[in-house]
Amino acid sequence: MSRFSRRQWITAGLGAAAGASGLAMAAKIADRYGLIPPDHGGIYGVGETLTYAAQRLLTSHSLAREFPRSQISAKPFPNGDPPRDEVYRRLLAGGFADWRLIVDGMVARPASFSVADLKSFPSRSQITHLACEEGWSYIAEWMGVPVSHILDVVGILPQARYVVYFSIQREWWDSVDMADALHPQTLLSYGMNGGDIPAAHGGPIRFRVPRQLGYKSVKYITRLTVTDNLKAFGSGLGSAAPEGGYAWYAGI
Amino acid sequence: MADSARAPVSAISKSAAEAPAASAPRHTAIVRVTHWVTALCFLALLVSGMEIVVSHPRFYWGETGNVLTPALFAIPIPSSRASYPTRFGYVLPDQNGWSRYLHFQAAWVAILAGLLYAGYGLLGSHFRRNLFPRSGDLSWRALWGVTSNHLRLKRASEGEAWSYNPLQRVTYLSVIFILFPLVIWTGLAMSPAVVSTVPSIVEVFGGQQSARTIHFFVTVFLVVFLLIHVAMIWLAGFRIRMRAMVTGRVGPRKEHA
Repeated sequence: MSRFSRRQWITAGLGAAAGASGLAMAAKIADRYGLIPPDHGGIYGVGETLTYAAQRLLTSHSLAREFPRSQISAKPFPNGDPPRDEVYRRLLAGGFADWRLIVDGMVARPASFSVADLKSFPSRSQITHLACEEGWSYIAEWMGVPVSHILDVVGILPQARYVVYFSIQREWWDSVDMADALHPQTLLSYGMNGGDIPAAHGGPIRFRVPRQLGYKSVKYITRLTVTDNLKAFGSGLGSAAPEGGYAWYAGI
Repeated sequence: MADSARAPVSAISKSAAEAPAASAPRHTAIVRVTHWVTALCFLALLVSGMEIVVSHPRFYWGETGNVLTPALFAIPIPSSRASYPTRFGYVLPDQNGWSRYLHFQAAWVAILAGLLYAGYGLLGSHFRRNLFPRSGDLSWRALWGVTSNHLRLKRASEGEAWSYNPLQRVTYLSVIFILFPLVIWTGLAMSPAVVSTVPSIVEVFGGQQSARTIHFFVTVFLVVFLLIHVAMIWLAGFRIRMRAMVTGRVGPRKEHA
């Protein structure tokens, strides 16, 4: 080690200290601007943070591609059967008249909506691509109420940072940041290809977030919770996906 | 750093007889570091990419495709998803979670290393001196000469330890300027968030599924390149070529005679 002089060691030490404090500062600034994903820990945390931060900076206002009606897939693949449990089957048999969507957390006026309530709100219809992380995809028309409208109705508090959404299937829950929650194409959708959403595709209500992969578009939505911190939900990684080894942010 | 490598390369590429007796510089530190970082990333991308393909080993053309639509082709292997029907009686364990995390992390490292290398190659003299064909390299006669030497498995002359022959130059340039950019581009074209900013990233390929299929075939070409690359290094003298890419130096002539 005599190859290095004392001056070189001191320079290297100072450089490393400056680099480390620079990195810590960058992380602090990134966190303030919402560029750190909840699953930023672990060996893949650096790559995940780079992807999320880069895409947040590039895509916060961009619109997912929309397609002409002629490109709607004749055979959309549902990837799964509707829930088999008694509660869901009873609600399905009743035409989902008793389905309720609860909105709570950091909101001024917590509320509960029926499917008919949701249909009475201003609607948006869009023909978008749904791509599964496995590699397959389809194009369908989705109709629903923008999540931003629901958040306006209940009045979110200024410190809100995430919207957590829950399914009647307890193993499925997820969350998006405010950039995606307030995005005009993020819908609580109740219609697909001109009719109600078929049970296998997530009826009566599916969370559609078309700038991310299919697994973020959770089916059978029963509750939205607005929060400033994801630590209190599950194991604190933001959704059920990271608990199963998958990334929280799926814009890839 | 770059300058130290220049003089010997141009002097010695003419003839092996001019090679110095002591060990001499061959690859600069930036070339060596980015080479090995890229090699490591490529292996990580390849393994994780294969795991992702196993969850849906079926390919399509155009915007969309799924198990209910006709395939362009399917790879006859077992799948890691029960929803994907195969003629094998079992479903492989799902590896997509860590595979996807690793795939994108390795892609970041590879792209950053690639940018460093490309900046260095363009601003410095690396591309011009070592990779762009020299005058006369692209004549049929010169190309035929080096090709026939390869086909007859003629051992590389000693001068080739110091400089790339025309066939190597054309191959490396194709990998660096065609295959790598294309595999990155088709990868980005599969991202719904990225294409929301610039839709033409995916539209030039005719759709997201076309981009996925091209991504697969570019990977096949890169694997073929890797196999030939390693085989050639083996045939040309594994120790001397490895030493040049690890330590940056070509040893004195006697050592590898």
